[in-house]
Amino acid sequence: MSFVTVRDLFQSYGGRPILERVNLDVPEGEFVSIVGASGCGKSTFLRLLLAEERPSRGEIRIEAQPPAQEPGRERGIVFQRYSVFPHMTVRDNVVAAEAFPARWGRLGRAAARAARDRAQQTLERIGLGHMGEAWPAQLSGGMQQRLAIAQALTARPRILLLDEPFGALDPGTRLAMHDFLAELRAETRMTVFMVSHDLEEAFKLGDRVIVFDKPRWDPTDPGAYGATITYDFDARNGGIPFQTIPSTRLTEETHVLQPA
Amino acid sequence: MRLINRKPGRTLAVFLALVPFVALVVAYTVASEMRLAANPSDRLLPSLATLGETAARLFTEGDRRTGEILLWNDTWVSLARLGAGVAIAAATGLLAGLAVGLLPHARAALGTFVAVVSMIPPLAILPILFIVFGLGETSKVALIVLGITPVLIRDMSQRVLDIPRELVVKAETLGASSLVIALRVALPQVMPRLVQSVRLSLGPAWLFLIAAEAIASEAGLGYRIFLVRRYLAMDVILTYVAWITLLAFLIDWALRALSRRLYPWAGGTL
Repeated sequence: MSFVTVRDLFQSYGGRPILERVNLDVPEGEFVSIVGASGCGKSTFLRLLLAEERPSRGEIRIEAQPPAQEPGRERGIVFQRYSVFPHMTVRDNVVAAEAFPARWGRLGRAAARAARDRAQQTLERIGLGHMGEAWPAQLSGGMQQRLAIAQALTARPRILLLDEPFGALDPGTRLAMHDFLAELRAETRMTVFMVSHDLEEAFKLGDRVIVFDKPRWDPTDPGAYGATITYDFDARNGGIPFQTIPSTRLTEETHVLQPA
Repeated sequence: MRLINRKPGRTLAVFLALVPFVALVVAYTVASEMRLAANPSDRLLPSLATLGETAARLFTEGDRRTGEILLWNDTWVSLARLGAGVAIAAATGLLAGLAVGLLPHARAALGTFVAVVSMIPPLAILPILFIVFGLGETSKVALIVLGITPVLIRDMSQRVLDIPRELVVKAETLGASSLVIALRVALPQVMPRLVQSVRLSLGPAWLFLIAAEAIASEAGLGYRIFLVRRYLAMDVILTYVAWITLLAFLIDWALRALSRRLYPWAGGTL
């Protein structure tokens, strides 16, 4: 059964279509990589999944629940930048995931101590046990993203959204982060959506890679049509391309301006 | 090597920092000597020795009638007014800034209003304050509050709006309510900025304080300066000006130290 259901999703900004007729069914526990050229609407799609924006038409449901009106605890997010709170220590960033639902955003004394112990265990597991008292600014980029993922997972979301989480990291750190993420996923069997610019990364981590592109193209008005899912690859066997094309009327065309 | 890449060493830096002060003192001394040489009873530029004597007298000798040391009394009165005004303005600025920055409804209601109100020249409404609040403490504190609050509200609103959208969304996904986002995400992030804004608005705050005291008061640093102006007592005026400058500098320095102490994550600021 489909866990995340996207039906006839349209999104436009000021009359300009960005996404057109996006349909997607994702079973629970699947890792979906989202790729595509810049400006093809993949970040818009992620914001819609996050419920930060609401679609012009269509809907996104998690387990047939009514579409969300705003971001909430069922959706976890890790951004490329600004992914942790700079004014909290590393440990408090993890504790915040437990404390924020409270009325004043703070836990009682006993609960806070328990949460701090759990946070410390989490930090030990992600290799930041010795950095609990440090400020996020003192961490390296990779450490910050590890902390951000741990923080998001502490809230136990139904789906985890990653917006180019490793885009700002150097190649070595990026590889280490891939292992870290793969390990966490094997543990939690979380449903993950990851926007990436890196095809290799998308196929390596994802069970499935979806490509956003514009199926229709007006060379005199490039903004006339929106993008949709044009390719849907199964990437479980190391990404050997096996594709299901959602639209039957799709033709293979590269949308690069050709000299006349 | 380019000039932009030449950096002074530690000793040279201290020396360079002292140069303008020394230059000022030297220029004053020379001018004072020239005037006193022409007319020994000149009152406009008293010699440094006279200034020192006056300062010693002002800081230590009590009033002949009451035994009270006027300078200290003036200082406490003025600092109380300044402190009350700045504290009220900072609290208002912080609360309104958080509301305007976080809540679209508050932004729609207050944004333009604050922008318009901040254009009213505060000194122009000083007579209204004297009429409404009388000549007591309230009108002087009110002038400081009205003078610096609009700027603080605008600055704080902008700082709250400048908080990366990602952090607010992140807090939402961790289950934070609007109140929790205000208290645990926005408030701590704008506090260092509030201290910075308050430091910048201390200059205008002193200006409004001295203006209010000059016009109607019975004590205060500004009152004393404008009182002794009638006797052309430049030695007293200069002592008071130096004292006000020192106080303002110390308050600024203390706020900066406080901000560094309380918000180490924010990094150093000017």
